[in-house]
Amino acid sequence: MKPEALLHPTPAGLFCPIGNFYVDPVRPVGHALITHGHSDHARAGHGSVLATRQTLDIMRIRYGEDFTGSEQAAGWGEEIVIDGVKVMFKPAGHVLGSAQILIEKDGLRIVVSGDYKRGVDPTCAPFEPIPCDVFITEATFGLPVFHHPDPKTEIEKLFTSLEQFPERSHLVGAYALGKAQRVIRLIRDGGYSEPIYIHGALARLCDYYQSQGIELGDIRPATIEKSKPAEFAGAVVVGPPSAFQDRWARRFNEPLISFASGWMMVRQRAKQGGVELPLVVSDHCDWPELLMTIEEIAPQQVWVTHGREEALVRWCELKGIPARPLHLVGYEDEGD
Amino acid sequence: MKAFATLLDRLVLTPSRNGKLTLLVDYFRTTPDPDRGYGLAALAGALDLKSVKPALLRELVLEQMDPILFQYSYDYVGDLAETISLVWDGRAKERIDDDHQPRLSEVVRRMNSLGRTEVRGAVRDLLDHLDPSGRFAFLKLATGSLRIGVSARLAKQALADMSGPGDTKRDIIEIETLWHGLTPPYEPLFAWLEGRAEKPVLATPAIFHSVMLANPVETGDLEKLDPADYAAEWKWDGIRVQMSSYGGTRKLYSRSGDDITGAFPDVVEAINFEGVIDGELLVGGTKRTNAPTRTFSDLQQRLNRKTVTPKIMDEYPAFVRAYDFLFQGDADIRADGFLTRRDRLLEVIEKAPHDRFDLSELVPFTDWVELERLRIDPPDPVIEGVMIKRKDSPYQAGRLKGPWFKWKREPYNIDAVMLYAQRGHGKRSSYYSDFTFGVWTRTEEGDQLVPVGKAYFGFTDAELEVLDKFVRDNTIDRFGPVRAVKATPDFGFVLEVAFEGIARSTRHKSGVAMRFPRIARLRQDKLPRDADRLETLTAMIEMKEGPP
Repeated sequence: MKPEALLHPTPAGLFCPIGNFYVDPVRPVGHALITHGHSDHARAGHGSVLATRQTLDIMRIRYGEDFTGSEQAAGWGEEIVIDGVKVMFKPAGHVLGSAQILIEKDGLRIVVSGDYKRGVDPTCAPFEPIPCDVFITEATFGLPVFHHPDPKTEIEKLFTSLEQFPERSHLVGAYALGKAQRVIRLIRDGGYSEPIYIHGALARLCDYYQSQGIELGDIRPATIEKSKPAEFAGAVVVGPPSAFQDRWARRFNEPLISFASGWMMVRQRAKQGGVELPLVVSDHCDWPELLMTIEEIAPQQVWVTHGREEALVRWCELKGIPARPLHLVGYEDEGD
Repeated sequence: MKAFATLLDRLVLTPSRNGKLTLLVDYFRTTPDPDRGYGLAALAGALDLKSVKPALLRELVLEQMDPILFQYSYDYVGDLAETISLVWDGRAKERIDDDHQPRLSEVVRRMNSLGRTEVRGAVRDLLDHLDPSGRFAFLKLATGSLRIGVSARLAKQALADMSGPGDTKRDIIEIETLWHGLTPPYEPLFAWLEGRAEKPVLATPAIFHSVMLANPVETGDLEKLDPADYAAEWKWDGIRVQMSSYGGTRKLYSRSGDDITGAFPDVVEAINFEGVIDGELLVGGTKRTNAPTRTFSDLQQRLNRKTVTPKIMDEYPAFVRAYDFLFQGDADIRADGFLTRRDRLLEVIEKAPHDRFDLSELVPFTDWVELERLRIDPPDPVIEGVMIKRKDSPYQAGRLKGPWFKWKREPYNIDAVMLYAQRGHGKRSSYYSDFTFGVWTRTEEGDQLVPVGKAYFGFTDAELEVLDKFVRDNTIDRFGPVRAVKATPDFGFVLEVAFEGIARSTRHKSGVAMRFPRIARLRQDKLPRDADRLETLTAMIEMKEGPP
């Protein structure tokens, strides 16, 4: 069987005609398999959703009780058969609950990695390499310029800045699911025990992470407790980056804008966004990790879903690995 | 290198002056000699480093990576030094920890000791042993394009701030006076700033002395003063300079102490006196050659250059209109009265080349009313007001209130319409506080607003609230951080914009460029249709410069 007969791209997303299901569809479909809870991969309104328990919980938190017609939780490594197609969920190391999905039929194995990373992250299960014939990878940071530094040293920059500018409120931008909790955890692991203030958009997801055993320490809503900017002098505030351009940010004392993202590797990106303190903390693979993963799994073919496909395909060509870009639309590469 | 690289990373992204000072002070306090001295030199534009051509860097990077992957990377990042610092595969070698990176002083010494054939290998080796941010700093230094928004003066202010407290607190004026007599890595300077040593003694006196500044005339200032105690001069629209000449060393400094000798050989080579003279640098002919003094926009053709071609010097000849004398030979005459110093200056300028130097003339007046009349209607379009100086005032660095005043012509004013707004930085990062404004012009499609300038100050905090609300409520389009706001003849926000000067510009679509535009008033009482037209602005230029 040709791999394309088992799984191929369609405008709605990757489709498996034999099992009649989509993976991370970008529009409502009958049967959806979801890799993780980020809104460009997990959308509301499907007939049924198969995902990890944590991804289902996150979708419910974000979209409400009726986010899908019916749901089924996949355990790690559990073999599930859909119309003769075997599927299995394995950790992707991206955010809490994030999975790669192995799709297998007649000995042909395709792995949809979703978004993934290889670095250490105490807020989710680590990536497990799965031997396969076709490896479908993201390429969000698929350019040789991206070398993500050790997140611990990045968080040190925040501590240094707090010492240099003890009067300024440090507003750390981080996407609400995954990055925010990881950053808070990194700050805690760096030995910071003061209260951390969070934007309302983060509250339920932080609660959920804590309920899953991920300690975030003393986190408080930034909206209720304090009212005067001076009371936020030297405070660490975590929120979605968009909130910092909003009137919401005026409650803080001489805000110093920080942003925890893989994009902060490029100075001009930081400058355009008005970011004074970039922290390069990413939930995606950097370039060496993408290459390392492909070499480790050694698939027959590599398909590249979204991001900077052309550079990763070029590298595969130089290595003699057949590779093709899938040009899937609808996945934002901003979300890191 | 680590400390300097981290400093650069932060400075690039820190817009506020105070924020930059905090970072600089922290760097100077925590970085050991001689590294901090070389860092200071790099920031102040005084570091002499063997330069590396971009072509060589490109070759080096292509030795180790696929050209197509490099091109994709370069297209994405857009800056050669940054691209190379990021794609360079130092990680394949042993992991570089912070303590084992080459120090800035080592990098400088090593680069400067290389023969021509050794550069390639040394650059490759340094790139291998630095982390990405260190590579970026090194490449920026080696290609001579630091551009991080730190002036020499700001670096010196940080030096003053790092000193003290108490008896060892140093003033920036003292530092500026010493500056040009010192060389990197400035170890005696730091020792003095930290109170560990005496003030450094300078070998050469051909150095910059901090200038005496004037206060603007404010309401009621002059009524209290006796006109008989004061002399007046025209205030010419050039740049303030200091000429310093001792034992064959001749230098030209800007008012902040930047050495601009290289850009004005025509003036510097004509210096035939010894001492330190304060004056206005202008373009055109001196009084004594009977050729007109030319406008500031002509002078701009000569500014911000490291070197100058004979053609430019011929088209835009520079000269100095001298107005004060600080040192005659090596005699410090700053304690003498203004008119006494001026008499001595007169003798020296008499004997100096007539096409390069003249003396700023005194404007006779008997009372303030008469002087005001002269100020409002000066005899030359390049005059921007009058200077008022106490006849017996000694030359004192800094801006003291009382001895010197500047009384400028009223600023220009126009009514313009807000077109775009951009968020500010720091305290203002949640406010739309940078405004692009336009005036009406006739086009093939009828009257349209054309942008003529940008202003981000002049308004009060309360006015900023009003402006910000208007932007948020009337956004019609977004381009990254910029918002376009509604502006039709009958709906929009009219701003009264004040500015100090206006010139023709080929860089702006409107063809005009303003100096120091600021928002003078919010004109919510006016409709955009009442705003000014581009013809009003071009008429202002023609008044000043003549027809194009």
